[in-house]
Amino acid sequence: MPGPMHGRMPKGKKIENPGKVFKRLMGYVAKSYAPHLIIVAVLILVSVLANVQGTMFIQSLIDDYITPMLTADVQDFHPLAMAILRVACFYAVGVAAAYTYNRLMINVTQGVLRNLRNDLFSHMETLPIKYFDTHAHGDIMSVYTNDTDTIRQMVSQSMPQVFNSAITIVSVLVSMIILSVPLTLLTLGMVAVMLVITKKTAGLSGRYFLQQQKDLGKVNGFIEEMMEGQKVVKVFCHEEENVKQFRELNDNLYHSADRANYLVNIVGPVNMQLGNVSYVVCAIVGGILAISGISGLSLGALASFLTFNKSFNMPINQVSQQFNSIVMAMAGAERIFKMMDEVPETDAGYVTLVNVKEEGGRLVESAERTGRWAWRHEHQANHAVDYVELKGDVVFDGVDFGYNDDKIVLHDVKLYAEPGQKIAFVGSTGAGKTTITNLINRFYDIQDGKIRYDGINVNKIKKADLRRSLGIVLQDTHLFTGTVMDNIRYGKLDATDQEVIAAAKLANADGFIRNLPEGYDTVLTGDGANLSQGQRQLLAIARAAIADPPVLILDEATSSIDTRTERIVQDGMDKLMKGRTTFVIAHRLSTVKNSDCIMVLEQGRIIERGTHDQLIEEKGKYYQLYTGNAIGA
Amino acid sequence: MIKTLAAQIKEFKKESVLTPIFMVLEVVFETLIPLMMASIIDDGVEAGDMRHIYLVGACMIASALGGLFCGIMGGKFGARASTGFARNLRQAMFDNIQTFSFSNLDKFSTAGLVTRMTTDVTNIQMAYQMLLRICFRAPISMVCAMSMAFFINARLASIYMVALVLLAIVLFFIISRAMKYFQMAFPKYDELNASVQENVSAIRVVKAYVREDYETSRLKKASQAIYDIFLKAEKNVVLNMPVMQFTVYSCILLISWMGAKMIVQRELTTGELMSLMAYCMNILMSLMMVAMIFVMMSMSIASARRISEVLDEKSDLTNPENPVYDIPDGEIEFRNVDFSYYKDENKNVLQEINLKIRAGETVGIIGGTGSSKTTLVNLISRLYDVTKGSVMVGGHDVREYDMDSLRGQVAVVLQKNVLFSGTVLDNLRWGDENATEEECRRVCRLACADEFIEKMPEGYNTYIEQGGSNVSGGQKQRLCIARALLKKPKILILDDSTSAVDTATDAKIRQALAQEIPDTTKLIIAQRVSSVQHADHIIVMEESRINGYGTHEELIETNEIYREVYESQTSGGGDFDEKVEVV
Repeated sequence: MPGPMHGRMPKGKKIENPGKVFKRLMGYVAKSYAPHLIIVAVLILVSVLANVQGTMFIQSLIDDYITPMLTADVQDFHPLAMAILRVACFYAVGVAAAYTYNRLMINVTQGVLRNLRNDLFSHMETLPIKYFDTHAHGDIMSVYTNDTDTIRQMVSQSMPQVFNSAITIVSVLVSMIILSVPLTLLTLGMVAVMLVITKKTAGLSGRYFLQQQKDLGKVNGFIEEMMEGQKVVKVFCHEEENVKQFRELNDNLYHSADRANYLVNIVGPVNMQLGNVSYVVCAIVGGILAISGISGLSLGALASFLTFNKSFNMPINQVSQQFNSIVMAMAGAERIFKMMDEVPETDAGYVTLVNVKEEGGRLVESAERTGRWAWRHEHQANHAVDYVELKGDVVFDGVDFGYNDDKIVLHDVKLYAEPGQKIAFVGSTGAGKTTITNLINRFYDIQDGKIRYDGINVNKIKKADLRRSLGIVLQDTHLFTGTVMDNIRYGKLDATDQEVIAAAKLANADGFIRNLPEGYDTVLTGDGANLSQGQRQLLAIARAAIADPPVLILDEATSSIDTRTERIVQDGMDKLMKGRTTFVIAHRLSTVKNSDCIMVLEQGRIIERGTHDQLIEEKGKYYQLYTGNAIGA
Repeated sequence: MIKTLAAQIKEFKKESVLTPIFMVLEVVFETLIPLMMASIIDDGVEAGDMRHIYLVGACMIASALGGLFCGIMGGKFGARASTGFARNLRQAMFDNIQTFSFSNLDKFSTAGLVTRMTTDVTNIQMAYQMLLRICFRAPISMVCAMSMAFFINARLASIYMVALVLLAIVLFFIISRAMKYFQMAFPKYDELNASVQENVSAIRVVKAYVREDYETSRLKKASQAIYDIFLKAEKNVVLNMPVMQFTVYSCILLISWMGAKMIVQRELTTGELMSLMAYCMNILMSLMMVAMIFVMMSMSIASARRISEVLDEKSDLTNPENPVYDIPDGEIEFRNVDFSYYKDENKNVLQEINLKIRAGETVGIIGGTGSSKTTLVNLISRLYDVTKGSVMVGGHDVREYDMDSLRGQVAVVLQKNVLFSGTVLDNLRWGDENATEEECRRVCRLACADEFIEKMPEGYNTYIEQGGSNVSGGQKQRLCIARALLKKPKILILDDSTSAVDTATDAKIRQALAQEIPDTTKLIIAQRVSSVQHADHIIVMEESRINGYGTHEELIETNEIYREVYESQTSGGGDFDEKVEVV
């Protein structure tokens, strides 16, 4: 039963092409479960017919068996026994059919849900970063939860229900017409009244539901914000003020929810009692008809008809209830398909990363981890294969980039990082430091210019291999639910426990990990909520270290780590990265000072470059930043 | 648990009682209809009495209308009772959370609290409505129909009795088996969603490590597990339908056979047989409803438990009986203080802290990641209570003060700080709701926040988005300092509050604080030596203890850690910051 609060109202916007969405959804279901659906349809038909014949039997029970026997001299129950046996057989078939189709439908429903989740997820993993930048995470999540739930409702309940009801309605209608035409017309008239009333109430309640959703949104928003800032609330003794504000929002929600629920609640009783009225009116009119004998209505026929009257109203009620959930499912399906239709990250790269060893002065591909990597470059023209040793030589040549085409955030960036160098980016927030590193591993594609990696255009390198060659510690640390061990191992899935511990030691994380309640087996939840920011960064560094990447990018990776610990971490990383290229972004000076080359960025341009000493001598922006004289300048 | 929740029904007791009453009345009216129908057929149609048909027909319509009225009233009161109950639950939780101490808050995650106040409350609202409207209606309907059946013909009605008992037993078994699987399934389902959520927010990590396939295969495994377990659960549920049908059909056939015999023997009329058949559906459908409610209710038990956890949580910090409201000055003293976050653990995060800070002093605190700097200062405004020893402010133990007064006088700028949606002024006035705009401007000048605020499109009336997402880290920190200054505190604690502010501005803020609020005791936690080196004293924290205490010069001489930290940063060295943009 879709609860009033769960039922997300289709948000003002109409579904563009419900027919098309419906067809596609059916196609999706049928793709894996077409035979199931056909069998289910047949079984539903069988089950409905078995039920109808049972009701029809009431007529013949009275007219053909009871009434004649009342007047007959010899009462022979044998034919009745046979008749009941026959009906029982039909019923048995009906029950078997009902069980089987219901049983099949679980496989269909759960299977469709599983497939939807899998398809959505595996497709989502291929989407470019830009998709995640431009879509609220809450909205993406709601596709997995709310929208798939509407599909579950529809596949498991609405679909069989509607089909069942449709067959019931048709067969009952036919039976009713056979029994009595005038009474059938009467019944249909009452149904029309019922539908009109339902529609009116639904329209009215829809308005209040919209209001309720709005109020609910406000309440939820307030709750989220205040729970997030609860500690600040405490520190400022703002509790009473908060309670007052919340009370107001909460009361508004109560009022709109009260009205919306009221209207929904009365639809059921109204329909049911109108159904009763319809039943009563038929009984009266039928009674009159039977007495006067105008249309040849027998007592048995009246009895059967009255039963049909009940079984006619029920499916109509059910269908009208399903209607709402079908509309919601269409809206959900539309969002699901929209996500599935998102264009995945393009990857036309064909240069791959391989381990190599040197044999007789030539690079030879090796299946083992040798600590040396090379780019396997298969030329498209003649399929000749070259191996270019991975050195970590990164060149930006006149690179322009903007997250949107109309707003360029990096202008004509030229950059040369020679193998083994430590390159630092400094500059203000929004100057484009993180953006540059995101271009190297192709989180984003550039608008103009070229990025070369060991002389190869990065567009030619297979994305997976490109990223494998670059270890990144991101500005926002994200940890996964799982043990500390699992989290570090994320960098190298087949790492042994010893390797994990070694990496943790290198990142100076071993000490605090051992102090956790379960050591390396401590389970982290909620993005490592129980760790301090500095500890999370240390774990992220350990995770990158274990991957042992040829090139490393550290994006504000030590910003929350105290300078002493940072120094220890840095020594470890320097040892690890000896002879390999490292990119460092930091606003803390001690982090970048010993870099081979420091790039000062301002508003998407590199304005100064050089070593620390050179830049100090230049007395430019870096000098100003360094000496803290920026304000006065 | 039920008691905790039920206490929140409060003013909706009337509605909570009226709803089932109306629902029961509706049932009574409804049950009368088949009985009257028997009379129409037997005394009307078969006897050929038109007048009787009209009369009884009118009664039936009246019953239907009576049922309609009761149904509507039941719907109305049911809606009011359940939405009102939900409102009270939300309010009670929110109110109680406001009394939580930091350690209460640490127990619940933010997301957990939000879910409890949103989804869980909605679940309970639905369950409560169902309880009021259907839980009474269905059994009563069953009883009414059953007594009617007995009234018509006790022998035939006993068939229903037997059927009912059998069906109830079978349903109970089916459902309890299904529930077992459902209860296993829901946590799995939550886990799946949590892992999707993680993937969405950590997509850069996934992609940077090229773990797309790994994550996909993990998810597929999880979703297959959910498929399997739901299949097991539903396999049981699906038995309900055929069992139900089987019972109904058997009853109808039995009644037909025995009824026919009785009619022929003039022990039963045709009309009575028909009403019996109508009651058959009523009885068994009601049982079905009861079973369904049982399932729904047991599913909402988890929600009920989670809500009552919040409601039952009592703040572990309470105001003393005769609190001291006046804080004489900003003197701080720690006497043999031990502290541990978990009472049952003997891992102290603070050990043997002895410390005396005179009013008006500026004290810097420096130390490594996880050396308990924040914990130390959190004890001063009694955000946590000490495990051993005592913390004194202005000559009194902090536990003697009224908590609001204490926190009003001890301003803390938290490390993980938050701005709220509202204008800049709204945010500042958290410090003092009656502050004039002039005062707000003054504190912003002290915190060096005035320049960037004035550059904003609408100055002090600029709208800050939720969580302060439209200001930079450094700007946020300065706003938070200004907000704290508005309290005109006797003690000001800056917990790494200028880490995103460049050195020069940092220095400017410190200078302003020294000049403008000289009597206020200032505690500054920092990672930069430059932030603390001019303080009157500096505390060096290391592994839960005070490792060194003294002036900059003294510590350089005597404290190895401090010297190391100092050397790792250059004395003149500043950090880079968004400040540059302004230049």
